[in-house]
Amino acid sequence: MNTNVVHKAESPRLAIALEERRALRANQAKAIAEKLDFWYGTNQALKNINLVIPENQVTALIGPSGCGKSTFLRCFNRMHDLQADTRYSGSIVLHPESVNLVGKEVDPIEVRMRIGMVFQKPNPFPKTVFENVAYGLRLRGFSNRTDLAERVEKALRGAAIWDEVKDRLSDSALALSGGQMQRLCIARALATEPEILLFDEPTSALDPIATAKIEELITELRQRVTILIVTHNMQQAARVSDFTAFMYLGELVEVDATSKIFTNPSKKATEDYITGRYG
Amino acid sequence: MSATAATRSTAMGKGAFSSLAYRKNRDRAIELILLACALVAVFTTLAIVLILVVESSYFFEHVTIREFLTDRMWTPLFDDAHYGIMPLVSGTLTVTFVALLVAIPLGTIIAIYLSEFATHRMRESVKPVLELLGAVPTVVYGYFALLMVTPFLQKFMPDLSGFNMLSAGLVIGLMIVPYVASVSEDAMRAVPRYMREGSYAMGATRLQTALRVVVPGALSGIAAAYILGISRAIGETMVVAIAAGMQPTLTFNPTEPAATITAYIVQVSLGDLPHDSIGYQSIFAAGLVLMLMTLVFNVIGFFLTRKFREAY
Repeated sequence: MNTNVVHKAESPRLAIALEERRALRANQAKAIAEKLDFWYGTNQALKNINLVIPENQVTALIGPSGCGKSTFLRCFNRMHDLQADTRYSGSIVLHPESVNLVGKEVDPIEVRMRIGMVFQKPNPFPKTVFENVAYGLRLRGFSNRTDLAERVEKALRGAAIWDEVKDRLSDSALALSGGQMQRLCIARALATEPEILLFDEPTSALDPIATAKIEELITELRQRVTILIVTHNMQQAARVSDFTAFMYLGELVEVDATSKIFTNPSKKATEDYITGRYG
Repeated sequence: MSATAATRSTAMGKGAFSSLAYRKNRDRAIELILLACALVAVFTTLAIVLILVVESSYFFEHVTIREFLTDRMWTPLFDDAHYGIMPLVSGTLTVTFVALLVAIPLGTIIAIYLSEFATHRMRESVKPVLELLGAVPTVVYGYFALLMVTPFLQKFMPDLSGFNMLSAGLVIGLMIVPYVASVSEDAMRAVPRYMREGSYAMGATRLQTALRVVVPGALSGIAAAYILGISRAIGETMVVAIAAGMQPTLTFNPTEPAATITAYIVQVSLGDLPHDSIGYQSIFAAGLVLMLMTLVFNVIGFFLTRKFREAY
């Protein structure tokens, strides 16, 4: 698989990133964005993004507001397709299937079936705790009660919230606290065993204690799932991620091992951003 | 000139503090004006209830409540007068039921389409047209029912009488579709975008998102729309007066002619009954029953709405 990946890597930057990753004994690529451009109407929001997302690791996207990091994240599950007048070019190839997630011939519903997402604001559905987690399973045709119950419990345990909600499964999910809601949303995404889990600033609406729990959870989850996280909080990126990509004005400026980005970035712009000189 | 300057300096927080009493009084005056406006509505309602109760009490001096509720005939205008309200109630409920059979499915489907499927341009052009339907005078709907819908239905149901509750109910249903659709659509659009995105991100289609997330999320608003529709259907007068025939009959068969409470009231008020006759007083008793029916539906709706309310 890896040789295949290297073979595909045409841009020098991507090749360099791959080399460095190998040096760091990084896992193989789960997804590779290559020459990815994205437009909202005539406004180009992403310019020639090349990035390797290593399997079972956490990749953080950082950058000032409006730099395109959320836009990039939402390309992975085709959320932009819900809006009229958006356009992708280039590719995000998912491995091992080698499917181009942003390809015109690829059904966005199928993409979303494989790639989970957790949003900035906890957004449980106005349903019970159980039904929230079972939602994705029901969409995929699961209806056997015991099977559902098992999978829901597994997902809730995976999201470290089982002990808190096991006696409240039939209560409304909207009665939970903000941090619990967000972990419930993580459980909802985990229930369908996604290949990649996208986090869009998952803790920006939470208090520090709830944030710490989510961060701990993200660290645990990467054993099982590939994670891509957008964050405004650089300490968070430093704490939870293995790799960090810095974006600015719709371009990917630098990507490297998180420890290197935060101690010895190779680009001036990255250094300016992480030292708080702008953004 | 100097006054303007003084006001401005106060506004900037740099003037003297003496204006506090002035501002308090001004706020108080505005509050009182607003309160007076609100009270107009409250007093009107109370006055209507009071008149209905007082006038009905004269009626109930002549007719016992037992007779009113159990007699199977309503013939206050005949020599052999019977005062059983049930024929009017059955007519009202039948027409309302037929109307809701049309309005609730159609209104809900239109709301789902407009809120979840239609493009912005489509919605902006359809909604005003839909709301225009609600602005057509009800007398037009009445003749539409009598002269278009009934003959059309008679092609399939040769036995259908010229006046019947079916076509009146169907047309009232069409008439309240805009209310149901418009209020439901507002409720659905109030479901936050991030809730929909959560559903789409799980791999749901538009229809699945609409039915499994948006509708449950908007349920209290949709219930309010249905209650509004029911109230409109119960209270509708012109269409039934024109198209349903004015014969109080104790039946729940929509193909038969019958009278509703409102149709009876309009029939009496248009006639030349002396104001102190029991026949005349009977419209207040009928009106009271109508108000109680509407009240019951509103109360049910209130509790349903509260039960299903989802705070997000």
